[in-house]
Amino acid sequence: MSRGTRDVAIVATAQRPSEAATTLTSVEMLVPVLQAALASAGVERTDIDFWCHGSCDYMTGQPFSFVAAVDAIGAWPPIVESHVEADGAFALYEAWVKIQSGEADSALVFSNGRSSAGPIADVLAYQLDPYTEAPLGLDMHVLAALQARACLDAGVFDEWAMAEVAARSLRSALDNPIALVRGHADVEELLAAPTTYAPLRGHDCPPVTDGANAVVLAAGDVARSWCERPAWIRAIDHRIDTQRLGARSLTECASAAEAGRRVRVGDDKLDVAELHAPYTHDELLLRNALGIDAGSTTINPSGGALTANPLMAAGLARFAEAADRVIGGGADRALAHCASGPCLQQNLVAILEGD
Amino acid sequence: MQRVRLPIEISYDHSAGPGTASHLAGLLEGRLIGRRCPVCELVYFPPRAGCCPRDGVLLGDDVEVADRGTVTTFCVVNVPFLGQRIEIPYVAATILLDSADIGMSHLIQEISADEVRIGMRVEAVWKSRDQWGPGLDNIEYFRPTGEPDAAPESFARSAG
Repeated sequence: MSRGTRDVAIVATAQRPSEAATTLTSVEMLVPVLQAALASAGVERTDIDFWCHGSCDYMTGQPFSFVAAVDAIGAWPPIVESHVEADGAFALYEAWVKIQSGEADSALVFSNGRSSAGPIADVLAYQLDPYTEAPLGLDMHVLAALQARACLDAGVFDEWAMAEVAARSLRSALDNPIALVRGHADVEELLAAPTTYAPLRGHDCPPVTDGANAVVLAAGDVARSWCERPAWIRAIDHRIDTQRLGARSLTECASAAEAGRRVRVGDDKLDVAELHAPYTHDELLLRNALGIDAGSTTINPSGGALTANPLMAAGLARFAEAADRVIGGGADRALAHCASGPCLQQNLVAILEGD
Repeated sequence: MQRVRLPIEISYDHSAGPGTASHLAGLLEGRLIGRRCPVCELVYFPPRAGCCPRDGVLLGDDVEVADRGTVTTFCVVNVPFLGQRIEIPYVAATILLDSADIGMSHLIQEISADEVRIGMRVEAVWKSRDQWGPGLDNIEYFRPTGEPDAAPESFARSAG
């Protein structure tokens, strides 16, 4: 079911400025961002029917740290809430299903990630198969490099195209006050830098980032009363490739292509696409899979995950950024995307439209 | 090969957060510092993660609370377990410190377990100063003060 029977929209968003290393607790990061999202929608917390949170205990090293995060909501009178051990974009998907079920008319979806709390590359190495892959110590940079190498060898794209993605992202982030890195970069200069995880260079990889964000969802007339121009979620779909890296082609992204087909990316003009692409080649793979033409669609006007990558929040940030463009009137039709797992294994794609 | 050993170890930099910093610094000096919610005005000790879970707002001013209070509920531990340091039966209690609005958990000693009761007044017995760290285990246990029991209405509103 990628199209619901109820009209559901993103009506408000809030994002914390990104930090390289915060000393705040999850709760302290979340409280201001939840208050800002509610204020943006012009509602009280008691107006929210359902709360859904995305975060990862492995990142904080604290079992059940997500339970403590409920403090940030203010749980009196009692609330209805849920949590996904995943990016907040998947919490948004759960909230969308909840609203489709008729059990809620509104939801506040939020996520936070303190990537700086532990050796994040080592932490993520343990998301792999515990018997055959995790012991190899394949961290996220190594896995991304494997995929980039496969694509370069197959001629899917070249290093110049990868550096172009980096240069454009850094330039776009100049206009994004919450990005962590930004700047003017020349493609030739970028390519002159040494590789860090060959064939990846520093500019191909995301910065370690701490951050938090929130979006408010509402159905039908509630959405219209909370927002002048809601960003309607016309379709949303989540597809997953096999977790066995050796059992799929790394030079394409079949799950993203299938999700894109189901939300009908190509049915109409796409003004903006916010792709959750932490590595430069991720964006190139996703553009191919989703059929996005960089000539007619503005890609990652926020700077994307290459300029701020708070793990578990960077996907929901794409939804917030895409929705902001629709709510603000700058775009009529926008795509929001979140990836998860090694080498773009999981892909969640949504189409947002203004009235 | 039939078996491989794959030890897993990750070290984290844990931050207690600014909302808890004054509480932890106070413990190093033998002072008990909680925080007041600016909305419901309840004094949280300890100040949790720096946030009032009832109102969803960051806690406000520091409030120093007493090292004595009232037992609001308790249990008698009769079950032996690995790592147990105290002879059973012993009492783990929720204690509402004077000036705090939220109970905290600690041990009750210097009294037979079957004589502990709700409303009983207790005071902290501190470890020697050279053993203090940023933890509530600076207090070895609580013991009866000998004062008359507190009236139920004096602690009935407390949470926890």
